[in-house]
Amino acid sequence: MGALGHYLEKEGLATTQISLIREHTVAIRPPRALWVPFELGRPLGVAGDADFQTRVLLAALELLEAKDGPVLQDFAEDLPAPAGGDSPWICPLNLDRKTEQMQNKDALERVFREEVLEIRPSYDLAVKNRSRTTVEASSLDLATMVDLLCAFTQSVPANPRPDLALGYTLNLVVHDLKAYYYEAACAQPSGRFPSGMEIDNWFWEQTAAAQVLFAVRRTCLASGDRLLRLVGRLLLVPLSQAHRIAGKG
Amino acid sequence: MARLNNLPEPLRSHIDKLPLPAIDSRSWVTGPPLNTRRVSLVSTAGLHLRGDRPFTLEPEDAYRVIPGDVGANELVMSHVSTNFDRSAYQQDINVVFPLERLRELALQKVVGSVAGLHYSFMGALEPQTMKDSACKLARLLIEDGVDAVLLVPV
Repeated sequence: MGALGHYLEKEGLATTQISLIREHTVAIRPPRALWVPFELGRPLGVAGDADFQTRVLLAALELLEAKDGPVLQDFAEDLPAPAGGDSPWICPLNLDRKTEQMQNKDALERVFREEVLEIRPSYDLAVKNRSRTTVEASSLDLATMVDLLCAFTQSVPANPRPDLALGYTLNLVVHDLKAYYYEAACAQPSGRFPSGMEIDNWFWEQTAAAQVLFAVRRTCLASGDRLLRLVGRLLLVPLSQAHRIAGKG
Repeated sequence: MARLNNLPEPLRSHIDKLPLPAIDSRSWVTGPPLNTRRVSLVSTAGLHLRGDRPFTLEPEDAYRVIPGDVGANELVMSHVSTNFDRSAYQQDINVVFPLERLRELALQKVVGSVAGLHYSFMGALEPQTMKDSACKLARLLIEDGVDAVLLVPV
């Protein structure tokens, strides 16, 4: 991000930016940056809090009026206390699967397909509530995505998007599937909105979908396709959840 | 939260070891007061219109154009990384791409105007690979009358 600031400024454009990793911004020294103490993926801080977002945005824009630089300013506010208090987020969708239900790939596929259907009403509610979904960045429908992932647990399947390398199709489908689950999980009243770590812990700990992705990862790592191996190594399981891979191949 | 020391391992070490570009630039562009500036958003979240080409790791296809009148449901994200939260973006696009907030500031005359076009890169690429595209993009922004860019990471 900081490099882009330098490149654009050198071409004659004034830039300001939000910084999420302060240490990187200190090293790159872009012309103007506002460091914010928020989670990666949440540069404006809080979903659904327009006033807070506006204060972050304004603080970044006001750096354009600095007399000289580079300027690195820390945002003065912490996140507001979460509506619903500090108690741990508990997902209202109870999908805690028993390991013995998923002992082999056929059983895992059956439980996964049931799970996808089970959360459909909550996903539909999410779409209705927000008049929006982030699913289908892959341009594939849910049934095609589920079929692809199930096939991937066995071996490398045909690519339903021949205009893309299979590794990119898989990456998109995995993010789409997770978006389907996460949007469903946040649709039901649960006291407060989860942190990224809380909702990741729920997904990777409690869903059959996560077990499917671990199996997909094994297929990728055994593949002769370089991009699939890269996807399996780095782009399926978040590093914050890497401890769950132990013993899963 | 996003201080390196607060991130869980091995994410902390991964981010700490990312190669950073050495940029020897002291460029500093001044401009008119904020309430007369035309502002464009440039994101690195891998955002694009639904149906547009997904982002890949090919550096020559570095950015996508986002029309200024885009609706929230028309945008999707194809960033390849799995190491940042997407749940907040799924609830509210403004948490990564604050176009509605920027429009409000223009209505309140805090900024002069909102650009007709905005842009997104995909931040998983090494920053140096974006340099040529960024230089070309700068010319497009200047032609659009833009004199202030807000860069938003993810």
